[in-house]
Amino acid sequence: MATIQEKISALIPEASFAEVQGLQVSVPDAQWHKLAKALYEDANSPFDYLTTIVGMDWGETLGCIYYLESTRTGNRLSVRVETADRQNPQLHSVADLWESANFYEREVYDFFGIVFINHPDMRRLFLRRDWVGHPLRKDYDASPEVNPIRLHHEEAYDTTVSYVEQPDGKIVKTEPVIFEPDDYVINIGPQHPSTHGVLRLRCSLDGEFIKKIDPYCGYIHRGIEKMSESLTYPQTLHFTDRLDYLSAMQNRHALCMCIEDAMQVEIPERAKYIRTINDELMRISSHLLFWGTFCNDLGSTTALIYGFREREMVLDILEETTGARMSFHYNKIGGVMHDIHPDYQRKIKEFCKIMPERLKEYHRFFTGNVIAQGRMHGISVISKERCIAHSMTGPSGRASGWACDVRKRIPYALYDKVEFDEVLRTEGDIYARYMVRMDEILQSIRIIEQLIDNIPEGPVSEKMKPIIKLPEGQWFRQVEASRGAFGVYIESRGDKYPYRLKFNSPGMMLVASLDEVCRGGKIADLIAGGGSLDYVIPDIDR
Amino acid sequence: MQYEDFKDNESLEKLVEELNAAGTNVVVGVFDDIINWGRSNSVWPLAFATSCCGIEFMSVAAARHDMGRFGFEVTRNSPRQADFLMVAGTIVHRMAPILKRVYDQLAEPKYVIATGACAVSGGPFRNSFHTVPGIDQILPVDVFVPGCPPRPEAMLYGMMQLQRKIKVENFFGGVNRKQKREEFFKDKE
Ligand code: SF4
Repeated sequence: MATIQEKISALIPEASFAEVQGLQVSVPDAQWHKLAKALYEDANSPFDYLTTIVGMDWGETLGCIYYLESTRTGNRLSVRVETADRQNPQLHSVADLWESANFYEREVYDFFGIVFINHPDMRRLFLRRDWVGHPLRKDYDASPEVNPIRLHHEEAYDTTVSYVEQPDGKIVKTEPVIFEPDDYVINIGPQHPSTHGVLRLRCSLDGEFIKKIDPYCGYIHRGIEKMSESLTYPQTLHFTDRLDYLSAMQNRHALCMCIEDAMQVEIPERAKYIRTINDELMRISSHLLFWGTFCNDLGSTTALIYGFREREMVLDILEETTGARMSFHYNKIGGVMHDIHPDYQRKIKEFCKIMPERLKEYHRFFTGNVIAQGRMHGISVISKERCIAHSMTGPSGRASGWACDVRKRIPYALYDKVEFDEVLRTEGDIYARYMVRMDEILQSIRIIEQLIDNIPEGPVSEKMKPIIKLPEGQWFRQVEASRGAFGVYIESRGDKYPYRLKFNSPGMMLVASLDEVCRGGKIADLIAGGGSLDYVIPDIDR
Repeated sequence: MQYEDFKDNESLEKLVEELNAAGTNVVVGVFDDIINWGRSNSVWPLAFATSCCGIEFMSVAAARHDMGRFGFEVTRNSPRQADFLMVAGTIVHRMAPILKRVYDQLAEPKYVIATGACAVSGGPFRNSFHTVPGIDQILPVDVFVPGCPPRPEAMLYGMMQLQRKIKVENFFGGVNRKQKREEFFKDKE
């Protein structure tokens, strides 16, 4: 059987190969779509999961790195494609193959100005339409005179642009329609209590039924990736706690791991234990908040109070050790900041005893309720294949039967040493997504119970030099955050600052899939459907 | 909390002095006191929660910290039903016009609390190209609560400071606030 490399070079002789954390292929843009199609349709190991697209400014040229994975065989591959020049950067779109490329390419267009040919909807994703420049380019002019704080409102456009390649190779600009003039369009958000953050949806209706949803992001785009490029590595860490603040521990874990990979540092065993336990505590607290807010969205206000009651217990445990309730800043490069609090183990064990009882209470109190059941079963369904196409990871993907847990796929920290089940369901509806989270709380407790008594003695961090420089190269690492696979990409040129730092958030794909998940359903179920996906907007906007 | 337990009593006293500079009618003053007693014990927030601080604000509303104890009762989601704007979280360029619109929609008398480093000054994201470095660039702010995120206790403290501010105001006849606001927006136009 031919290896992937042989297959690719047979198909595209110009392709060159490199070994960067696995195989990396470089192809010219003209061949890219052909290669993408071949990879996507490969008979043995179809690369059906597009992990992320990293936009890049390499100085001379712009370009993208595509991270692909096959859900059948677990093979991974990255592809590097460069544009011909800086002035008029263009690449061919792969949005016709991977649904998730739609949003990723819009993001790259927004940040780098690369136009994707044949992309159906070439609008900015995060910034306003009248924004000047593309911020992640190295030659971007950030002075406030160019982009002052604009206090006039954005216009809502019902059309978009698309650059379509004709059979003769000419590229024609077209104006596809998003909403027809006689569509009934309503606007939800960005200041809306049930969109879970500042998400804005424009939504066209046919009577009570949803015809189409058009999500708008960027209402909390803080420019983290751009800022990171002028901060040292230890300084970039603090942003991770504020991306998805409900996965603060896991996000920071990802960035630390990525940097440790690059420096080839092995962290002490004790730190690994602490990190794993904290990740799981964080997951529990996030799922508890999900439970509270989701039930609140469905009209059960009391649930919010219950969910927060248990969440406060977790926060207390973490606060004793880290000193903060939300922005923990606990992981650091080479280990963790300081040792655990003397009460840490005792309190966690107490909590692990209480929590399963409380879960039973939740089920008695909400899950079994007739109204709740009626609002969850068989609504907002998405199939496994579509989940993969949308790169919908995390509990939402697992609710449709896709075994996408990074802890199992690419074990890190201690996840290959502990026993736990990947919670899978097949229905793919709201109820499945809800139950997966509830059951994951139990699995997290199971993980914690295996570790908590065995934390080895020893130091909690490696000694690091005060100035951390990474060698030249690129690294990509993933962890399982509370709502899916969270990735970090670093490209270094040997400085103490990253040349490019990208966070790949799971939430973006959840929002991108919202149209498909909720289309055809009732408008009243939009809030339930969106709530069950459980996205956090600052994580998407970064 | 006792009067002495609050910090920054000086600015409050200064405010009282300013307000009373023109002298107060006795009858109006008594009415003021009654009305302000009522107003200050029932101030409902509009949660303009954009990010992390918003989650801490939810903790303030939940059972453990329970802001209902101090008269903040429930958060309202419509500006028409709220008394003050609780800006919790980073405000970015794209959000700025919306924040301004929500503020305009609040009914008089209205107040603003800037919660968290982000709302106060841009916080960790101050140097970003897309962050508003402090909402006082676009709105008049009554109370600033620093912290990243501020502890729930700090948020409650900030909200109680607002109550004290409301208590000393001249509700009748006093146009001081409105004048100040007009001045604030004059040079923004
Ligand atoms: S002040 Fe800190 S916690 Fe609050 S919104 Fe800003 S970054 Fe988040």
